[in-house]
Amino acid sequence: MTATTVTAPTSRANLVRPSVVGDSITIAWRNLLNMKRNPQLLVFSTIQPVIFVLMFRYVFGGAIRSLPGVPYVDFLMPGVFVQTILFGSLNTGIGLADDLSKGLIERFRSLPMARSAVLIGRTLADLVRDAFVVVLMCAVGYAVDWRPAGSLAQIVGGLVIMLLFAYALSWLFAIVGMSVRDGETAQAASFPLMAPLLFASSAFVPLHTMPGWLQTFARHQPVSIVVNATRGLTLGHPSTGDVLSAAAWIVGIIAVCAPLAARKYRRTV
Amino acid sequence: MASPAILAENVRKCFGDVEALKDVSFSATEGTVLGLLGPNGAGKTTAVRILTTLLRPDGGHASVLGYDVCTHAQEVRSSIGLAGQYAAVDENLTAAENLRLVGRLTQMSPSDIRSRSRALLDEFGLADAADRLVRTFSGGMRRRLDLAAALVHQPPVFFLDEPTTGLDPQGRTDLWAVIERLVHGGNTVLLTTQYLEEADRLADRIVVIDHGTVIAEGTSAELKARLGATVIEIGFEDPSVIATAAEKLRSVGEVTRVSDGLQVSVADGAGSMLETVRILDHSALAPTAIALHEPTLDDVFFALTGHAAEDATANGAADGGRAKRRGRKEQA
Repeated sequence: MTATTVTAPTSRANLVRPSVVGDSITIAWRNLLNMKRNPQLLVFSTIQPVIFVLMFRYVFGGAIRSLPGVPYVDFLMPGVFVQTILFGSLNTGIGLADDLSKGLIERFRSLPMARSAVLIGRTLADLVRDAFVVVLMCAVGYAVDWRPAGSLAQIVGGLVIMLLFAYALSWLFAIVGMSVRDGETAQAASFPLMAPLLFASSAFVPLHTMPGWLQTFARHQPVSIVVNATRGLTLGHPSTGDVLSAAAWIVGIIAVCAPLAARKYRRTV
Repeated sequence: MASPAILAENVRKCFGDVEALKDVSFSATEGTVLGLLGPNGAGKTTAVRILTTLLRPDGGHASVLGYDVCTHAQEVRSSIGLAGQYAAVDENLTAAENLRLVGRLTQMSPSDIRSRSRALLDEFGLADAADRLVRTFSGGMRRRLDLAAALVHQPPVFFLDEPTTGLDPQGRTDLWAVIERLVHGGNTVLLTTQYLEEADRLADRIVVIDHGTVIAEGTSAELKARLGATVIEIGFEDPSVIATAAEKLRSVGEVTRVSDGLQVSVADGAGSMLETVRILDHSALAPTAIALHEPTLDDVFFALTGHAAEDATANGAADGGRAKRRGRKEQA
């Protein structure tokens, strides 16, 4: 084999017609392979919520007055799900920031591929990972006596809302990741954004135990609304209002963040 | 050829207040290698990013194979391969998977991807490492894989942005060999470098760029010729004979007095050398040293910009040292 056969150019390149679906699947394939090759990342991001389940179930749970007639663990699990997916969606930003700092985004942008595929592929791969972790958390919950009163369809519905919320958050953190440009900074920058959303919410404690000014924020912020929607469904008394509000937040976050993330991607070098 | 394979016409680009490119023009004919030579921060990478559609120019016009980078970006991206300053490969994929990623994203068929990947991995000395994760690769191997990844879809035009920066001498020599083969394959290549030796060795034509402007352009030989010529350096033990020698050698070329001897600028190195030796011998003027100094691109760069090529981020000490050494050459 001689050099010329391999490196000889075609006189003129054929115009490549990109496919959004195909390219997104290719990028998702690449990101899922990355997760498979770094199982420790998945393990550690699972250990944290497991510790939270055990801690809240057995340490704080006794001191927290849940809803009347509802065991604390049944109240708790939707909060653990939201915590899991919040930390999970962080990885969207971290991964993009890593790709940027390693020059991979530059390579993708120089290829005749669909421009939206890098973001769609990554958020889809992260959704697959979130689904895996949420199923795992269900098993952990079952092990610590999580026996929600809702029907199977209601429980699955609650989990789907959770995962759609995770998908929406991925787009938010994609913007963060492309703004800070390296993985560690992305992680550090995201935490202050996340902590108040997670803890000043109905995820772990009933809202009425908070001071009034905090209740006002906590009641209306999306994490509480999504937790309430999922909690209502898993406990078997769904609230249409909560589910619709959660859906509105999910659609709203995607509608705002996806175009902003796409714009950021096009302009980032 | 109607339009050059790579064309930049009066291209301007600002980042805030910083003018990265001020009215830059250059072109490369199909099948040739254009070297874009300049220190860090000269604007080389900005020029490459504009030509590869990563950045839009603020003014002027840039095209690849006649396709405008702004209005026909998809055609441009279909025609180019880019190997940037980092080895832009995915560490958690194998070498073969990295090539497959690019193949799939450029809509190649699975069988084309397989045969093309195998050929490229062979060509770049990575066949044995095809199924190894890239995170186990050395820096040189990563760069070679990066070049291979940029070639998967057989782009006729190829951009190499500082391909050997950060490599050890062995890695650099290996990569040069790969690039030379690439060049012989008939691709059009734009190569940026801050290494003068690299441009001299790989490029057909060189554009010297500094502070966002083109300050010289030509073949390596033309640029060297601009410096004047070859210099014969002669040292004498006894300073009192220098004036006499200078008088006698005036017929050979332009004579310059330096601290411990003379420099004679000549057009024809070997012939003038013989002539010089003959004159000195005839006049019984014995030199302590005599040497023929061919100008390097380094000299050209210094003559053009007034600072050394490595100057980059105002490395005061190195720059000062270089200036001092070069200062010997100035007219006495």
